[in-house]
Amino acid sequence: MATAAVGLRAGAARFEANTATRDPVWVKGLVLFLGLAFFSLFLLLPLIAVFVEAFRRGWGVYIAALVEPDAVSAIKLTLLTAAIAVPLNLVFGIAVAWAITKFDFRGKQMLITFIDLPFSVSPVVAGLIYVLVFGAQGWFGPWLGEHGIKVIFAVPGIVLATVFVTFPFVARELIPLMQAQGRDEEEAALVLGASGWQMFRKVTLPNIKWALLYGVILCNARAMGEFGAVSVVSGHIRGLTNTMPLHVEILYNEYQFAAAFAVASLLATLALVTLAIKTYVEWKAAPSTPPAEAP
Amino acid sequence: MAAVRAHRVLPGFGLSLGFTLAYMSLIVLVPLSAVFILTSTMSVQAFLDAVASPRVVASYRLTFGASLMAALINVVFGLLLAWALVRYRFPGKRLVDALVDLPFALPTAVAGISLTALYAKNGWLGQYLEPVGIKVAFTPLGVLVALVFIGLPFVVRTVQPVLEDLDTEIEEAAASLGADRWQTVRRVVLPTLLPALLTGFALAFARAVGEYGSVIFIAGNLPMISEITPLIIITKLEQYDYVGATAVASVMLVASFILLLIINGLQSWSDRRSARGL
Repeated sequence: MATAAVGLRAGAARFEANTATRDPVWVKGLVLFLGLAFFSLFLLLPLIAVFVEAFRRGWGVYIAALVEPDAVSAIKLTLLTAAIAVPLNLVFGIAVAWAITKFDFRGKQMLITFIDLPFSVSPVVAGLIYVLVFGAQGWFGPWLGEHGIKVIFAVPGIVLATVFVTFPFVARELIPLMQAQGRDEEEAALVLGASGWQMFRKVTLPNIKWALLYGVILCNARAMGEFGAVSVVSGHIRGLTNTMPLHVEILYNEYQFAAAFAVASLLATLALVTLAIKTYVEWKAAPSTPPAEAP
Repeated sequence: MAAVRAHRVLPGFGLSLGFTLAYMSLIVLVPLSAVFILTSTMSVQAFLDAVASPRVVASYRLTFGASLMAALINVVFGLLLAWALVRYRFPGKRLVDALVDLPFALPTAVAGISLTALYAKNGWLGQYLEPVGIKVAFTPLGVLVALVFIGLPFVVRTVQPVLEDLDTEIEEAAASLGADRWQTVRRVVLPTLLPALLTGFALAFARAVGEYGSVIFIAGNLPMISEITPLIIITKLEQYDYVGATAVASVMLVASFILLLIINGLQSWSDRRSARGL
């Protein structure tokens, strides 16, 4: 996944002004044509299709699909899941970044590799592992059953699977940044008499706030949009264990295309808002950026 | 060890590392180990029956084959797009740059139904493609389309920063030594980008191998033809074949671990390469 400060920092003007780095006009034309055609076909068109299909049968059908009780409960469950998973991984992200970047210890490199594990595991496998641990046939299944606790095919399973797939987001934005910032500022704060909490709040937090926000919005987007892992543990019980992406699937498989795309358009809007905040954060986080050249 | 301890001026080492290890074990390591522990209780024959049946092998071929092709396509077009974003001025550039990350932000199920709507027989693109004999939706080609969508940002976002940090002096030197533009790009610029391109390729490939949501809507999911391996796991689970599902999952996990190690190696190569260039 991308690192935080990818931007159009230096501006293309310096390349186009320099004879050594300037491409012939026909090359520029060809690269732009191929690149943008590919972009339009694979990224832009699917995005537009979501909104066009959502409104194909009019506003009435669109609104009806969103206020219908099953849709409302799916929206609520999605918000609840993100409200639990994102803060958990936020705390984890800060803790692991603090340990890794402020101290030296053995096995650090292995720890960094482990953080990325959930990104390389298929979402389906992510769901499966919780079925193996908490399912009726699983390790703790019989014990949970005796005590009347449902994890799989219930909300706790959905939250666990979501926590798993969004596990690395905050940590991997913070670690490179805090690594680059070093330890000097915090050590100075302590020497000057700050308590641990004061040091964190007044020195560390202001330094990492943009990366933190960046990690949180990416984490949130994935938490609200996760499909594969949640699909395995949810059991697809309407009105109870359906998140928004699962609700989209059910509507789609019932050939209620307009309704499916209506709910999907909410998720697509969430994605666009995420990208807008992300672009803003990148712009804020790189104060040295010269103003982008006029197109 | 004493010297290392003396560095610990800052507070919170025990707390942050302790919490990290406990949380990581609880959420990631212990549940993942369940796959291997359960697999190790299987007999060799039962394991082979589960992971090497013709239907499962056909799914590996599709999953890994389509992922490989999608990652290759993304390397070519991702490089073109990254090049355009870094080197050229054109209208709408900031919008294109922001939207490249769309596959990271758009839920996979949304991408799946949208791509299907585009490529189905009466869809926006399908209505022109099917008459000329190109069937995309509900075929392996549909799987490829979904995997291309999901993998594109990985290549663009690994190549773009390296291209931005590339010193123009290298190209100026090549030009002043008499190389034409194509020679400069091929012999000087592309070799510098190689580690980033390979990293992007590996990231896109790894993501594609495990992808589920965007694929299942457009794939048609015909056994032996357009059924991906993650779907095999789901199917086995739905038939209460937990052991079989776990065996196939263990194969996928081993593939993921190998890819993760390769990606880590490529990334540190890429970092060293760009650090040396500065």
